[in-house]
Amino acid sequence: MASVSIHNLCIRFGANEVIKDLNLDVLASEFLVLLGPSGCGKSTLLHSIAGLIDVSDGRIEIGGQDMTWADPTDRHIGMVFQSYALYPTMTVERNMSFGLRINGTPKPEIERRVQRAAQMLHLEPLLERKPAQLSGGQRQRVAIGRALVREADVFLFDEPLSNLDAKLRAELRRELKLLHKNLRSTMIYVTHDQVEAMTLATRIVVMSAGKIQQIGVPSEVYEKPENLFVAGFLGSPAMNFLHGQLKPTADSILFESQGLTLDVTPYGWRAPVATTLEVVLGIRPENLRIDADGQFQATVSLIEPMGNHHVVWLEFGGKLLSSVVSGPLTVGVDDAVRFGLDADRISLFDRVTEQRL
Amino acid sequence: MSAAPGRPRQARAPGGVRLTPARIGIYAFLLTAALFFLLPLYIMLVTSFKTMDEIRLGNIFALPLSVTLEPWMIAWSQACTGVNCNGIRGGFWNSVLIVIPSTVLPILLGALNGYALSFWKPRGSQALFAILMIGAFIPVQVMMYPLVRILASVGLFSSLPGIVTVHIIFSMPVMTLLFRNYYLSIPQELFKAARIDGGGFWRIFAQLMLPMSTPMIIVAAIMQVTGVWNDYILGLVFAGRDNLPMTVQLNNVINTTTGERLYNVNMAATILTSMVPLAIYFFSGRWFVRGIAAGAVKG
Repeated sequence: MASVSIHNLCIRFGANEVIKDLNLDVLASEFLVLLGPSGCGKSTLLHSIAGLIDVSDGRIEIGGQDMTWADPTDRHIGMVFQSYALYPTMTVERNMSFGLRINGTPKPEIERRVQRAAQMLHLEPLLERKPAQLSGGQRQRVAIGRALVREADVFLFDEPLSNLDAKLRAELRRELKLLHKNLRSTMIYVTHDQVEAMTLATRIVVMSAGKIQQIGVPSEVYEKPENLFVAGFLGSPAMNFLHGQLKPTADSILFESQGLTLDVTPYGWRAPVATTLEVVLGIRPENLRIDADGQFQATVSLIEPMGNHHVVWLEFGGKLLSSVVSGPLTVGVDDAVRFGLDADRISLFDRVTEQRL
Repeated sequence: MSAAPGRPRQARAPGGVRLTPARIGIYAFLLTAALFFLLPLYIMLVTSFKTMDEIRLGNIFALPLSVTLEPWMIAWSQACTGVNCNGIRGGFWNSVLIVIPSTVLPILLGALNGYALSFWKPRGSQALFAILMIGAFIPVQVMMYPLVRILASVGLFSSLPGIVTVHIIFSMPVMTLLFRNYYLSIPQELFKAARIDGGGFWRIFAQLMLPMSTPMIIVAAIMQVTGVWNDYILGLVFAGRDNLPMTVQLNNVINTTTGERLYNVNMAATILTSMVPLAIYFFSGRWFVRGIAAGAVKG
């Protein structure tokens, strides 16, 4: 268990600056998820922590020691890759023990560690097989086992579940969470899948264009997005956005948009609003309730059944708004319905700076 | 691995096996091509089993009336290569001695080059690779005289190590290209995983990359063995009198004109000389095609 601190990290490939002046503290025993769209620099960040990419500027500390220029081997890390990266000519057992054999670990110790990892990951019957004889899920288990036997201080995961089908992904996701619960190791996990991020993380780091957009526990990142990017990136279906104006009056603040006026006085303001302001209002689909007593009127344009819930798309003022309806569905396509917004669950962003108000 | 599930067998299209005009055309062409290449071999074979009296009759396509193995024995152990009359067996063993190191060393060095170029990417590796590739396009003859001078100055001219060195030098571009392209098709993550596991330059090469390269090693070995075995000019210039390869000795046998030309002996000696590459093509054609395709597709 070790903490990881990153100070003023810059990574450039030629003229292309992939990571710009990034600071991040990963606490010991934390499961930190780096989340972002492809090309946002999250994998680059992970590989630089592993020492597989040279940094252009800044410092990386692992367990309080400066590791910026240390060899990958000396960083006390274990890493799992998206493509498994198993050694094809070696058996599962040899794959897992490769690093230990290089380090000259005594044989009984190697055996003990491999057995322990194999037991944790249900790999005992497969130890003598070659990677080509394994399924995708088994291969990724071996790759995780190979990282485990190193008994590293920090485990790095680079989109480890992206190559698996949905069912296996959910299964291995649970196993990873359980593994973290039992080992209490520091884990840094890169993904573009928000479900993985929400379910696994103790903290989520949302990244875009080489910069950290928000760091927080999953519920915070989901419910109180720091800016428009985070708000739009997390959640499926995505958050509904309404463009409008804030109009402060003597004793209340009103949000006015085309055909919609909402009293937003109780919103958790970060700073008082004194003047009229162009803003974007965001509301999660589950907080947009179809309700006979609702304040606003719309037409149902599309219904997506999702099994345990429905996504109802409402046509309102020339825009499509989504609403998640759990339980029995009482509306049909083309129905005129009323809906309401949970005023205390909205997010408001400045339209110019795109920051949360 | 479980057996493949019983997939419904695809019905063969009725036209698939029938002889269409196009198919007849293809067969006719293939047959002609095969004859074109097999006919000389046939003539060589039958001639090598005939006595000189029978050859003088001039029926070059006829099967031998009385089969004799004498030309083969003479070619192997008595034919005159210049002043010596010990046959071409000496050349055979010389060729073997040249081929073995000239195959093993270029493969190891080529694999090492390819590995370093595609995984470690040292500074200037791109330029080095470009120079190596340009080298492949410069005719051997251009480099001949400078090489003679260089080898003479380090005392390697006209010796076994000398000819092996020359073969290594001239094989480097192709061997490097072959292995570089093969290693480029291996995911970088595999290399990174080995780096994290603590593998250094040599260990990753020896324990991970080389064992993975079996198909390429076989292809490279086929190319090197046949190439070095068939070489004439380098062997003639660099090997020295005591190490002349079989091809050079074959030429000497055929060009030695004392008395009548022993066509049957010449034929036998030629077949003996081409036996090794012939055998390799026969037994490894499948690998050869596969490797060439693998090397050609990925640039």
